[in-house]
Amino acid sequence: MDYDKLGLKMGLEIHQQLNSEHKLFCPCKTELVDDDFDELVQRKLRPTQSELGEIDRAALQESLRGLNFKYENFEKHTCLVENDDEPPHSLNEEALDICITIACLMNMHIVDEFHTMRKQVIDGSNTGGFQRTGMVATDGYLETPYGKVVIESLGLEEDAARRVETKDGFTEFRLDRLGIPLAEITTDPSMHHPDQVREVAYMLGQILRSTNVKRGLGTIRQDLNISIAEGARVEIKGVQDLDLMAEIVNREVERQLALIDIKKELQARNAEVLDEIHTLDELFADTESKILKSAETIKAVVLKGYDGLIGREVQPKRRFGTEIASYAKKRGVSGIFHSDELPAYGITQEEVDRVSDFLDIGEDDAFIIVAHDEDIAVSALEEVKRRASLGLDGVVEETRKALDDGNTEYMRPLPTANRMYLETDIPLFKITSDRIEPIANNLPELPDVKQARIIEEYKLSEDLATQLVKRQEADMFEDILAEVDVDATPVASLLAYDLREIKREGHDISVLTLDHFKGIFTLLADGKIAKDSVRKLAAETIKTPDTDISEIAEKNSLVMMSEDDVHKIISDIVTQNEGMVHERQMGAMGPLMGMCMKQLKGKADGGLVNKIVREEIQKLI
Amino acid sequence: MTYKENSEEYIENYDLSIGDTIRVHKEDISYTGILLDRPEDAEDGYLVLKLSSGYNIGVAIDNTTAELIEKGDKPKIGYDEEEIPHDDSKQNISIVSTGGTVSSVIDYRTGAVHPKFTASDLVKANPELLYYANYNVKALYNILSENMKPEYWVKAAKEVAGDISDGADGIVIAHGTDTMHYTSAALSFMLKTPVPIIVTGAQRSSDRPSSDANINLIDSVIAAKSDIAEVCVCMHGSLNDEYTYLHKGTKVRKMHTSRRDTFRSINAQPIAKIQNKKIKINPNYSYTRRGDSELELNTSIEEKIGFIKSFPGISKDYIEYHIDKGYKGLVIEGTGLGHVPDNLIDSFKRAQDENIPVIMTSQCLYGRVNMNVYSTGREILDAGVISALDMTPETTYVKLCWALGQSDDYSKVKEIMQTNVAGEFSEKSTIRDFLN
Repeated sequence: MDYDKLGLKMGLEIHQQLNSEHKLFCPCKTELVDDDFDELVQRKLRPTQSELGEIDRAALQESLRGLNFKYENFEKHTCLVENDDEPPHSLNEEALDICITIACLMNMHIVDEFHTMRKQVIDGSNTGGFQRTGMVATDGYLETPYGKVVIESLGLEEDAARRVETKDGFTEFRLDRLGIPLAEITTDPSMHHPDQVREVAYMLGQILRSTNVKRGLGTIRQDLNISIAEGARVEIKGVQDLDLMAEIVNREVERQLALIDIKKELQARNAEVLDEIHTLDELFADTESKILKSAETIKAVVLKGYDGLIGREVQPKRRFGTEIASYAKKRGVSGIFHSDELPAYGITQEEVDRVSDFLDIGEDDAFIIVAHDEDIAVSALEEVKRRASLGLDGVVEETRKALDDGNTEYMRPLPTANRMYLETDIPLFKITSDRIEPIANNLPELPDVKQARIIEEYKLSEDLATQLVKRQEADMFEDILAEVDVDATPVASLLAYDLREIKREGHDISVLTLDHFKGIFTLLADGKIAKDSVRKLAAETIKTPDTDISEIAEKNSLVMMSEDDVHKIISDIVTQNEGMVHERQMGAMGPLMGMCMKQLKGKADGGLVNKIVREEIQKLI
Repeated sequence: MTYKENSEEYIENYDLSIGDTIRVHKEDISYTGILLDRPEDAEDGYLVLKLSSGYNIGVAIDNTTAELIEKGDKPKIGYDEEEIPHDDSKQNISIVSTGGTVSSVIDYRTGAVHPKFTASDLVKANPELLYYANYNVKALYNILSENMKPEYWVKAAKEVAGDISDGADGIVIAHGTDTMHYTSAALSFMLKTPVPIIVTGAQRSSDRPSSDANINLIDSVIAAKSDIAEVCVCMHGSLNDEYTYLHKGTKVRKMHTSRRDTFRSINAQPIAKIQNKKIKINPNYSYTRRGDSELELNTSIEEKIGFIKSFPGISKDYIEYHIDKGYKGLVIEGTGLGHVPDNLIDSFKRAQDENIPVIMTSQCLYGRVNMNVYSTGREILDAGVISALDMTPETTYVKLCWALGQSDDYSKVKEIMQTNVAGEFSEKSTIRDFLN
């Protein structure tokens, strides 16, 4: 694809959970909970008056549909603040400082005063009906291999509650995630190539990971803004896998191009969506289709000039009809039937002909059927009409959800300007240079810089250094070497590789502290244990973390013998095999080495054994 | 405008107004946004800008210059009035606002929250109100609940009496929650009413989608249409948006600083529960029915009443001070069954000598004052102190204001205090009347 010619423009929005001890506006921990909840609180949310405008009861009812929520409260893990039953406490300064660190790393300008805002969100994910959010910094940049990318803004906001399920008219949320601090980073929409987006996302991730942020699945969420010249801006939510980024971009470009094609074709055909919603109940009175038979009513609309286009693929395995269906689904139906795919789903050709006759379908025309309860069927077909008509405009501005295969699915219309007003329960927060300077002067090392330095300073292999940085063990590595004068490589390989294996064997490696590692590597430095025993000693230490390391080494026979004892054992073995030495001369080295190591493994250094065996052989020949 | 000193001067120098789009240049960055007003209690030396993203930020004015990009419109606060249809088949409910906001409108351009008081605004924010009644809505005054004074009770009582005479079938009073139970008690003493008078409010402000205002208001209208011709408080019954309770105006108290279900009946149970727009009256409760009483208004009160909480180590100066300053009556929040340290007893005697009634309540809140059990209590009784029985301290305070408005004679006041005027005390304490 010629991205330049298509006028491809992309921007990134990244949400990263911060690893502060407490939530943004209350003292609860920032951890997710798998316990059973203690209390379930039932709430409704109402759109505020400004959003409603004129007195319109129907509109109000519509807007209230589905705004019933249940919130899982925990006696231990959540408090009244998350439940919207206590005003927010003061701003979490630890979270603010993490954001200031991030802002400095991205060359941003930090605001003089942080104002907490309320941003209206009435999908239930925030108990108050708004998310608390504020602007920390603006106008930064990042140097990338593709040139400078402008970082427009850095916000500090509350994460939303976790959706558990929707059932019986209620959507249930768990309050554990609500209020965990999030950094929101927005780039300008100036990226033109999918590889660049991937690179920038990677770099942002690296910067974030050098600061005190949460790690693991779901702690970072990447959204992608994307448009092409003839298309429209689409926001794709939840791009988890960076490697999928290019695929998502390509498929979105493909989708926009297909929709532009469909638009042109529709215009050429003078296509039109007819307003009337027809009832087909009698036509299907004896249908064999299970879906139709079980529905209260079967209704249809006519799309003049849409024949063949509804079945046109816009993304692999997704058709224009899929786009229309995803709008209808928001009104409670599980799908639609369109004439481009019929006969199918138990609907026969004969029935299709009957419907075509009844609806007076011409050669270029199409129809869409929905089967459900009266209200839902009508409401869904209204959405079908709306989305089908939008086909005449080409690409629609939408928020879409990233799917695992690289496709995307309609979520909701693109939000208009942010509806924000001041959170009056929280005082304005001055950010003075007294706060910024100590942070700016102590910025964490970015991962690539750290990696290069470690290789240089400790003469490590690139592989070990990469793993140390990637696994967040570089600090521990340096802490150990600052205290113990020992060869760096065994320390690095324990931290980078062995620990992971030990963990996989089912041990809780988090019990190992700097003191444990100091103990282990002091034994190594003093020649008390062999390099090969480090892993075993670490694994044993996990079992009895309060026991003295030397004692653990002793108990597991990991302590090396004195050189004299080693000498004696080797001397004995060589003497017993004197015949072989005379026969094979230095050729006896291999077999003798094997015999000695069998007896001395873990109790003597291999190098030393080698040296003594050689000496003993030479004595005899 | 609430900008002060340096900021105010800066804004004047550049000839800027609130609502203008301006650009502020700092050494290495400029910000463009709408100039907003600044909270009154915020520090001088900053401007508030609303950026195009919707975020507000504060910009320190030191070493900056500003330029006007575009003059802003004056923030438009008024909204078009709409004709509310009148339906003769429905009851007429008066909604009286005393402060706080029954409804509010957020101006997203500037982020300002405008409190709204007209019937049209109210119906706009709560269109389902139209199902239930016709409305006459007025803003009586606009004060914060904590700034409420006895004189405002009088004003409210007169207003309500006027509305009832004019044919209102029920009254809803929107009130800040902090002192709601004082007002409900005051109206209970000042008014004999043939129709329901329902006091309500919200623990979460009405600009929020999660506000409890709507449910409390709708349920208050349901209560105002009911057969219960008493002064009641109608508020959330639990943390859920599920039901509200109707509490007797003299037996209710705010018991939590922030929860929605903060109002609780004390030494009593709620009169009724309202759920799914239906009212279910507590069968154990005998109430005054619609039309049983003639409208009577008696707003004479004495405002100079002292309200003193006893504590370990309290000195008699607290009592002496109030007597010296000419207070006409005192309410004591004693400990336990109604006790104070015995060093206060002489001062109580002095109060009685000077014709100042002293009423004893308990800071336990739950239970009944009984000063016969311990010797200190008997001495306090001997000093002329009057028992508040099982009234809350707040209801006792309001009742004493009203009683001293009726008479300044000690024995007459004592008689009023021990007469059940508006269901403010009960003869017996039942097993269920605790922590509910």
